This record gives sequence, C-alpha cells and structure tokens, in this order.
Amino acid sequence: MEASKVIHAIYNDDDVLMNAVKKVKAERHHIEEIYTPFPVHGLDKAMGLAPTRIAIASFMYGCVGLTVAVVMMNFIMIEDWPQNIGGKPSFSYIENMPAFVPIMFELTVFFAAHLMVITFYLRSTMWPFKKAENPDPRTTDDHFLMEIAVHGNENELTDLLKETGAVEINLIDKAH
Amino acid sequence: MTSIILMIVGLIGVGYGFATSHHSLEDVKEMIAAQEAGHGGGHEAETKAHVVAGVEDHSDNSHKANAHDALADTHEGSSHADAVDHDEEHAEHVQHRLANRPWAALYVAAFFFFMIALGVLAFYAVQYAAQAGWSPLLLRVMEGITAYMLPGALIVLLIASLSHFIGHDAIFNWMNPEMVDPDSEKFDKLVSGKKGWLNYWGFLIRGLIFVGGWYLYRHFSRKFSIAQDSADDNRNFKKTFRISAGFLVFFLYTESMMSWDWIMSVDPHWFSTLFGWYVLAGMMVCGITVISMITIYLKSLGLLPKVNDSHIHDLAKFMFGFSIFWTYLWFSQFMLIWYSNIPEEVTYFVTRFQDYQLPFLGMVAMNFIFPLLILMNSDYKRIPWFVIMAGIVILCGHYIDIFNMIMPATVGDQWAIGIPEIGSILLFAGLFIFVVFTALTKAPLEPKRNPFIKESEHFHY
Repeated sequence: MEASKVIHAIYNDDDVLMNAVKKVKAERHHIEEIYTPFPVHGLDKAMGLAPTRIAIASFMYGCVGLTVAVVMMNFIMIEDWPQNIGGKPSFSYIENMPAFVPIMFELTVFFAAHLMVITFYLRSTMWPFKKAENPDPRTTDDHFLMEIAVHGNENELTDLLKETGAVEINLIDKAH
Repeated sequence: MTSIILMIVGLIGVGYGFATSHHSLEDVKEMIAAQEAGHGGGHEAETKAHVVAGVEDHSDNSHKANAHDALADTHEGSSHADAVDHDEEHAEHVQHRLANRPWAALYVAAFFFFMIALGVLAFYAVQYAAQAGWSPLLLRVMEGITAYMLPGALIVLLIASLSHFIGHDAIFNWMNPEMVDPDSEKFDKLVSGKKGWLNYWGFLIRGLIFVGGWYLYRHFSRKFSIAQDSADDNRNFKKTFRISAGFLVFFLYTESMMSWDWIMSVDPHWFSTLFGWYVLAGMMVCGITVISMITIYLKSLGLLPKVNDSHIHDLAKFMFGFSIFWTYLWFSQFMLIWYSNIPEEVTYFVTRFQDYQLPFLGMVAMNFIFPLLILMNSDYKRIPWFVIMAGIVILCGHYIDIFNMIMPATVGDQWAIGIPEIGSILLFAGLFIFVVFTALTKAPLEPKRNPFIKESEHFHY
C-alpha cells in the first residue's frame, strides 16, 4: 500500500456528508472508508458500493437446512426403524410427510438465519475480542468521518473537503 | 368491449351447461355402464389401488368414504339383487350430481370474483386504519375494484337462493326441508341439529346484513374520499379513518360467519374452526393480486404516472406474504385434521384426496411454491410482467381453491373443468371488468388532498 497517508474529514450532519460524498466522487477521489454513528440511507449508493449478496447466501443455507431435515427424518423414521407409532403411516416419506413439515420448516429457518449471521460476522470480521477500529470515538456518537487516500494531492483535497462543509480535516500517517 | 364479449361468451357457456345438465335416469345408467366398460376388467386393480391409497391416511374409515362414491366398491360382495338396487340408487346419486354441476360452477365463479372485491375492501380499510403512507396513490384503484363488492355479493346470494327454489337445493343440501323433517326418509339428524343456524331464511337475512354492512362502509368511505378532493381541511380523512377501524371489527366477525354460511355449509356435516381465516387469507391474496394487476395495466396506459416501481414492489411483497399466510392456514387446517384422523372431520380431506388429487395438490403448488420461488427475489418484484405472470398463476390457483371447497360437496367425483366452469368464469370476469373499469372512470385516479399523498408520490423503497 503506497497510500500511507490519509485525510480524515469530519462532518456533523448526514445531509452534508451525503453531498460531500457525491462531490468527492464526482472529483474522482477514492473514498477509503466512511464511519457513521447510524445507518445513513442511500450512503452505499452514493459511494457506489456493490449490493450485498447475503440474501442469496441465506437462501442457499435454507435449502441446506431443508435437505438436512428431509434426509435426517427419512433415515430415522422411514429407513432405520419404521415403527408404527399411533397408526402413522411410516411406509414412505411422502405418506407421513405432513407430520415432518414443522421440523422441515424450523430447520430451514434455523440454518438460513444462523448461517447467514455467521457469514455476516466472517465477512465483516467481527468477533468478541476484536480490537475496535474506529479512528475517532466521536464517530460512534454524533460525528461522521470520511477517510480519503492521499497521493500527493494534499492541498487540493483539503480545499475540496473544506468546500464541502467539513468541520475538521486531519492528515493522518497510517502506521502499517 | 372485451368485457361484453366475455360476458356473452360466458353466458352462452353457462346456458350450455344448464341445457346439458339434465340427464334422465336411463342416460345416466348408460353413462355409468359405458364408463365401466371403458375400464374393462380393471375393477380388481382399481379396488386394490383404492386400498393402497387408503393406507395413506385413513385406513380406518376408507370403507365409509368409499361406500359413498367409489364405483368399484359397491359391486363387491353384494348379491345380485342388491347390486340391482345399488345400481338404481347409484345412478340416481350420479344424476343429482350431474344436475348440480352448472349450479356449482356458477357459484364458484361468482364467489371467486366477489371475494376479490371484498378482499380489496378489507385491504383498503387497513390502509386507512394503519395510515399507510405508500398507498394513497392506489386508493382510487382499490375503490374501483370494490365497486364490484355489492353486485358480486348479491349475485352470490341470488345464485344460492335460485339453487334452492329452482335448482332443488343443488348447492346447499341443508336447504332441503326434508332433511330436517323427522318423518322423511331423507331426515338427517346432524343437519336438523344445526337448523337453528342453517335454515334458508336465516341464511338470507344474515347474508343481507353482512352485505349491507360492507356496502355501507364502501359507500361512505368512497363518498368521503371524493369529498376530500375538494375539501379545505382533513375532516373527511379523519371520518374515513374512524369508519375504517369500525369496519375492520365488523368485517372480521361477518367474514368469518359468511365463510361458514356461504362455503363451509356446503358440507353441513363438517366443521373447522380456522376456516374463516383460511377463506380470509385467500381473499386477501386475490384482492392484492388484482390491485397490482390493474395498477400495472393502468400505468401501462399512462394513467397513473406517479406510481413507481416501489409501489409495485410493495404490492408484490404483499402478494408474496399473503400467499405464504394462506399456505400456513391451509396446511394448519389440513395437518391438524390429517394428524388426528377423526372420522367426522377427516372425510372432508378423504374425498378431496381421492377424487380431486390433481386440483388439491396442484393448488398448493400454484399458491405456494410458485409465488415463493418467483416473488422471493427483490428485483423480480419490480418487473411488471413478472408480477402479472405470478398474479395470473395465483388467481388461477385460488379459483381452484374455491373449486376444491365447493365441488366435492356438490358434484363429488363427477367434476370436470369444462364448458360450464369456464363459461361461468368468463361471465363473471366480464362483469367484474365491466363494473370495475366503469367505476374507475367515475373519479380522478389520483386523490388530491389526501394527507399522505405527497409521501406516496415520493415513496421509494
């Protein structure tokens, strides 16, 4: 990474931030990261982030859950020991299927939900003893921070950011 | 114009259905003989198939159900004289059912289209009561659809009445006075025990009260909605809010009772506690589907310029959600009865499984699996032709749903989807389209001073 220097521009309003993002994008500067205390509606679109695929992952996990439920109960109730329990027809899976539906449903939801959450943690690298990454504690309360890589165009960038209404502009040396 | 062509073609179909439904006893016997000859020596195999199928979920009472309907079973083990008697009785039974068919076909179609309008009316009231911000642009479309509620409901009641007076109780056999007369050989103790509720005049008066209540709401909400266009304060909106809340309470009670009266009572020996909600879920899906289809149609004509794809997306989400809600209730009703397998309840599903297997299971595929897979993707919900396609399948599926509720009790194993059924659908589809699109021309398609109209115009998901 040659961009060892970054600029931190701090804003205190999400509307101002949105306009700043649009302007910075229009000037073709690369925004490394934005830290906000709450979700800003439309920020991902303004930054041009790719849409998430976690819903697709969740759908596939749900299919896995459904398969697990079917295979499990087919083996236990039909193949391994097909007992007559209260007259329920355990001759084939389909004949006793309605009795299995609640479990099929729950396992589908269970797999879809839990594996999706775990996927989210993995993709966003979150775990219990992880060191917090926010560059300025105020970004968790009432300030918004935009991080832009500097490629020797420091002054030009500072002027641009000032124009967009930043309340504070800091040049940071990133220790690698 | 199309609607008038549909009505005429439909009317011819219905007329043809009635003209061909009266068979003499001899004809019916010949038909049965022809059918059995067609089966050849297949009796033995067929009977076996019955028994195997019987193991599936009703081994205990398969005999009871079969004694009623199955052609093959009645012959077995009976002496020759008995068989003749049986044949006579059986032919009479089949004759009745054939005569019922055009009535039931008409009733199913009439109820289906009425149900759409009533579902939309309930959805409309919910939009007001919940003060929804996304939907005001669609309120006039909904008002247009609910215009069919009153004529549709009266037609349903009219068909029920005519089937009693002219059709020899073709749809509701409890309307037959002989069933509650202890001296008659048709006396039915179960039905006579229910005659405090199930009697023709009670049915009619209750029906008129339900329809009257719904119509009052529809009349006043429409009136206030139009008055709001030229008002200078929000008084009319507040009034609609209040009557909507009141209507929803009234609606939930009367919808439940309506479903007992108009649908569940075709099987007067059977009962189910969640039936009212089940019918409600079906009517909501159909209603929302029709709202989105008509909205897309009007938008394609350029009449609803402010409706954007987020509105379509929301409607499609409702179609998706209510489809699953419908399935949930359908399955809950089916599974509880299947699991406990109590003879007086389970015969309902036994007849459906034996004689209606394709529509019964096909409907679940059309009303659940198809919308589940098609409407799950958020991008697809914004594509008009996708929503229309899903809507057509959902509407067909729910027609079959109503078909499955009414037909097994009225025509039994003599069912088919032929000219009487399709004719009835076309007739009421034509009437529905005519009434709805006429009503849509009566008021501007955009409500002007609705307090949420701005929010709706900028609605964006």
